Amino acid sequence: MMNPMLEISLALLSLAAAGCMYRLLKGPSISDRIAALDTIGILLLSMIAVLGMLEGTSAYFDIILVIGIVTFIGTTAFARYIERGAVMEDE
Amino acid sequence: MNDFWSAASGLMVLFGSIISLFSAFGLIRLPDVYLRSHAATKSATLGVLFILTGAFLYFAAVQGQFSIKLLLGIVFVFLTGPVAGHLNARAAYRTGVGMWDRSVRDDLKAALKKEREEAESKRTELIRRSEAD
Repeated sequence: MMNPMLEISLALLSLAAAGCMYRLLKGPSISDRIAALDTIGILLLSMIAVLGMLEGTSAYFDIILVIGIVTFIGTTAFARYIERGAVMEDE
Repeated sequence: MNDFWSAASGLMVLFGSIISLFSAFGLIRLPDVYLRSHAATKSATLGVLFILTGAFLYFAAVQGQFSIKLLLGIVFVFLTGPVAGHLNARAAYRTGVGMWDRSVRDDLKAALKKEREEAESKRTELIRRSEAD
């Protein structure tokens, strides 16, 4: 009962990631690409959660946390870079 | 009882992935950066929250392990998703990415212009004072 639902949702999530990939490749401005990359990271995180449920193991939870943190830091760094021209400012 | 909880968590995961699909649809179809980041931020965060809550319910009720890491992940995504979207939209506006030509209202334009003028006058004042010294 549960496994088919999880497989269907994995398929839906990868379809969503493919849609974000389209925006990542085409997107007119850099901010479009950053938003698409952020969404892809979040989709990857949820895919790993679904995969952990499918295999019935809790070994993947660390990966969820790490991908969440890396996605947030990456988006922040990119946004700062396009706004100020540098990630770290020395003053 | 186990069947009920696994079906409920499976339904939650399915619902969350449908919401994520809608968010990707919005990311493709909407006309400019700001509307797109609206789709990418809010509905993607909601979808991921549904999926992680379903996983948490499954592991808590069916497998009998109460996972703090998963709860931490839920809280973290809930906090950082909107912040990242806000930073991205702010950077887009300040680097001059255009709005959709049918947008009707732009309150930030006047405020940003005023802020820039004040900074400019402060800078010229400083330069004048240092030249007088």
